[in-house]
Amino acid sequence: MLSKKNKEVFFNPFSKNNPVIVQVLGICSVLAVTAKLEPALVMGISVTAVLAFANVIISLIRNTIPTNIRIIVQLVVVAALVIIVDQVLKAYNYEVSKALSVFIGLIITNCILMGRLEAFALSNGPWDSFLDGVGNGIGYALILIIVGFFRELLGSGTLLGFQVIPQALYDLGYQNNGLMILPPMALITVACIIWVHRSRNKDLQEN
Amino acid sequence: MKGLRKFLDKAKPNFMPGGKYQKFQSVFEGLETFLLTPNTVATSGVHIHDSNDSKRTMTVVILALMPALLFGIYNLGYQHYLAIGDAEAGFCSMFIYGLLALLPKIVVSYAVGLGIEFIGAQLRGHEIQEGFLVTGMLIPMICPINTPVWMIAVATAFAVIFAKEVFGGTGMNIFNVALVTRAVLFFGYPSKMSGDAAFVATDPAFGFGAGQVTDAFSGATPLGQAAIHAGEGAPQLMSIVGEPISTLDAFIGLIPGSVGEVSTLCILIGAALLLITGTASWKIMGSVFVGGFFMAFIANTFASATYPVSMLSPLDQICLGGFAFAAVFMATDPVTGARTETGKYIYGFLIGVLAILIRIYNGGFPEGAMLAVLFMNAFAPTIDYCVVNANINRRLKRAKSTNN
Repeated sequence: MLSKKNKEVFFNPFSKNNPVIVQVLGICSVLAVTAKLEPALVMGISVTAVLAFANVIISLIRNTIPTNIRIIVQLVVVAALVIIVDQVLKAYNYEVSKALSVFIGLIITNCILMGRLEAFALSNGPWDSFLDGVGNGIGYALILIIVGFFRELLGSGTLLGFQVIPQALYDLGYQNNGLMILPPMALITVACIIWVHRSRNKDLQEN
Repeated sequence: MKGLRKFLDKAKPNFMPGGKYQKFQSVFEGLETFLLTPNTVATSGVHIHDSNDSKRTMTVVILALMPALLFGIYNLGYQHYLAIGDAEAGFCSMFIYGLLALLPKIVVSYAVGLGIEFIGAQLRGHEIQEGFLVTGMLIPMICPINTPVWMIAVATAFAVIFAKEVFGGTGMNIFNVALVTRAVLFFGYPSKMSGDAAFVATDPAFGFGAGQVTDAFSGATPLGQAAIHAGEGAPQLMSIVGEPISTLDAFIGLIPGSVGEVSTLCILIGAALLLITGTASWKIMGSVFVGGFFMAFIANTFASATYPVSMLSPLDQICLGGFAFAAVFMATDPVTGARTETGKYIYGFLIGVLAILIRIYNGGFPEGAMLAVLFMNAFAPTIDYCVVNANINRRLKRAKSTNN
């Protein structure tokens, strides 16, 4: 079921070809939704779902799409999926849906989606495309979760809404860092991840 | 001195490549050049025959900071004893109290910053740069006295790593490191960086100067008071025990505020030293003051009760808050400032204008000097670029008109 090529397609986006920290795509949503861990998690899952199914659908109809209007077709497919995800979230997890506000809708413009559809789904079979979509979605979600973890832990002292940093520490004079909740720190956290990642993978270092 | 020289010469081979401690070569060289003047003076050619290096520059800046620092220490004690209703306490106890209160912050700031710089230099095999010598002194001077020590450590580490080391170390940074430290504190821990409880030390320092705070005490800085002033007429600024303060008080500096910034007089003494030795650019320094006066004058002319700070006179605006300190010690940082001569005027002027603009029209920030300098740091390269290009175009035009 998983040939060597399939494995590569699936696992490469986790690290060596990560959409966020190697290709530097989809940065805007990383900055916007990671102040807390839960929205980051939900956003990661949403993007994974949309990306996987959009990849499959485009891959299935790839031979019938006229090249001239392929972007429009891709947009229609993605938009339909995004609306489904948005409605599901509104129905079952309204609080998070509110926290994510427009960013679910803006999945349509997420560069990772366009990138994968153009670069992979248009020239590969549905099964491969599905794996590629899930792989890239998880690669994206991983970064979101790491960033969300540190921002919520240091910025609010909580994780998924539960108090993690003990009250005793606050009594000693510890304070949450308000800067972590502001968008610039998302950028710096991503930069730190890239820093660590690049220093572990020397072949990725640019000059 | 000779003994020291001998000792260093004796130890030197151990630290050279191949020696026992070759890993610590950069540490050794850093110490050697810090203790004794390096023996590398150009002797021929068109060079300036002087061993002036960045260490000497830094030392001059440290000397220039001394008046403001010493006065700041005294003022810490003065404000403290005023707050606990013991204004008759002697000069010595005030000074000792201030010293005890400030010393931990200076130590922590130097230990963290220099520690990171030493480690960074060792890891990369670089020489140790002395850039932190001034920064480490500036950080405790621009922070409120009640900022917890661990916060200063966190912010210093953050600033040194992300504002300096990642850009390539001393001389390569885009933003002023001391101000980045303050900005991290300001946005990260706003409750400790402004408000009534930040600027006057009320607790005893190492058990020294214990006492109960008097009932009349209110720790708001003059600018903090002005920002919340409501109604017509200029706000009457009060000292921490409710006595009115005049422009002269603000100029001399017996007012609550961050340690180094309170005394405009002492800052100006430091400024004189910087200008006489040619360490700082008078163009930047002067134009910051001109810009500040200009903006304060305009705002004062159109003063309204909506923006109570605009009702302060231009002279008050210059003497209060961190404006003078930023103008003399922050804006003139040669690394982060504009480098073209025309650019220096523009750069300084805009810092002055922005500092007063933010202070008056942004209710969220009682003081704007830090943000103004950081903002213009970001624009300094652009200013230089425009000035250089304007010059190129002017000369091209002239070349054309003479050729025709």
